Amino acid sequence: MTPLLGLFWCELRLSYRQGGDIGLALGFFVLAVLMFPFGVGPEPELLGRIGAGIIWVAALLASVLSLDRLFAADYADGGLDLIALSPAPLELVVLAKGAAHWVTTGLPLTAISPVLAILVDLDPSAIPVLMLGLLIGTPALSLLGAIAAALSLGARRPGILVSLLVLPLYLPPLIFGTGAVEAVLAEEGSRAHLLLLGAVTLFALPLAPLAAAAALRQALD
Amino acid sequence: MLTRLANPARFMRASGVVLPWLGGASAGVLGLGLVWSLLLAPPDYQQGESVRIMFIHVPSAIMAEGGYYLIAIASAVALVWRHPLADIAGQAAAPIGAAFTLVCLATGSLWGRPMWGAWWVWDARLTSVLVLFFLYLGYIALVNAFDDASRGARAGSLLALVGVVDLPIIKFSVNWWNTLHQPASILRAGGPTIDISLLLPLLVMAAGFALLFLWMLLLRMRTALNERKARALSLYGPAAARDEESAAPLPEARPV
Repeated sequence: MTPLLGLFWCELRLSYRQGGDIGLALGFFVLAVLMFPFGVGPEPELLGRIGAGIIWVAALLASVLSLDRLFAADYADGGLDLIALSPAPLELVVLAKGAAHWVTTGLPLTAISPVLAILVDLDPSAIPVLMLGLLIGTPALSLLGAIAAALSLGARRPGILVSLLVLPLYLPPLIFGTGAVEAVLAEEGSRAHLLLLGAVTLFALPLAPLAAAAALRQALD
Repeated sequence: MLTRLANPARFMRASGVVLPWLGGASAGVLGLGLVWSLLLAPPDYQQGESVRIMFIHVPSAIMAEGGYYLIAIASAVALVWRHPLADIAGQAAAPIGAAFTLVCLATGSLWGRPMWGAWWVWDARLTSVLVLFFLYLGYIALVNAFDDASRGARAGSLLALVGVVDLPIIKFSVNWWNTLHQPASILRAGGPTIDISLLLPLLVMAAGFALLFLWMLLLRMRTALNERKARALSLYGPAAARDEESAAPLPEARPV
């Protein structure tokens, strides 16, 4: 357990000291959301209608773009070989790295989402559900993204490849997260959507590390 | 039988015998199916003649789904039993399945225009078939993204298995949207609701498409094996090509 905790804290310290990892993801998130009013016009009714979708899609894209620092740096300098040789199971290593990725990407995105919700004229009554959905759904984004990041280690164009691989996997959290907000706006219950979102995350929790660890072993062969 | 066919040379001999018969059978069944469905089957009481698009659209959809499950099974066999031809089968099936998905989407769009008045709607089934198309593209992209072909094959196998687990989840989550596409009318609890005069040519077309898929699959697998032989010949000379399975593997270069 201690090596895994050590890995988790090491990842957090690295992203803090290398500076700007959290800031870059947040900055992209905010910019991506801000582009939509320029694109579709500033009318509050229109923006409020699509606001949840804008925020979720921007969160997905910010998550995809930050996936390359999950395994690539360790793979390039040989650290991943040492991690694989350690007694800790590779699946739990993936879990630890995914958790660190979530803390540095998903959690800040969730924290800043109320501000962006106001910017896109989302009805304030929907903001708690938006935050809760992001809180439940972003761990799934980190875990599913870990699969794609591990699969594309050593590929020729890893960035684009990861996006192509991961976006079909990201559709269920997107659908349920935005569905929850729309349910609140239509004054129906959002509970079912949030429960299904939680189900996706819980489903990804054991299975994504299995797949990602298998992919890491293939990459290290 | 699978283990007997694991030897590439034996597979080439067996498939070489089967291939012309398979091609003839698929041409025959497709010919029969096309004549029956396009000329002989009665027009639908509601849709008139444009129901005949169904005879291309539905079999393509079956092949699209079946193709992905074939890739998933081949990937499982490749990863678990390390069957030498399994990942060749998966990689050969991928473009065929993707093409059938594209045909399904295109014919569905052509059918939707007169029937629903729209080229495209974001309903559950259309959306999940579109996502299936991108799963195919992702698989093909991943397999071709590595300089080392065997690494690409193994990564692709893993991705196919992840995708096949995700496919029901995508279908289920997309079903939360309103659906305009008609619900199942063949494999359902109360028995088929489609009339027998349209069901029979549909089944014949499905069988013809399946034979066509198999024929193209075997053709692509044989081509892939011949390509490997040709590459071994050009790299290591005639001795290696005679038994290319024992040819020394290329040194694995780890890209920086």
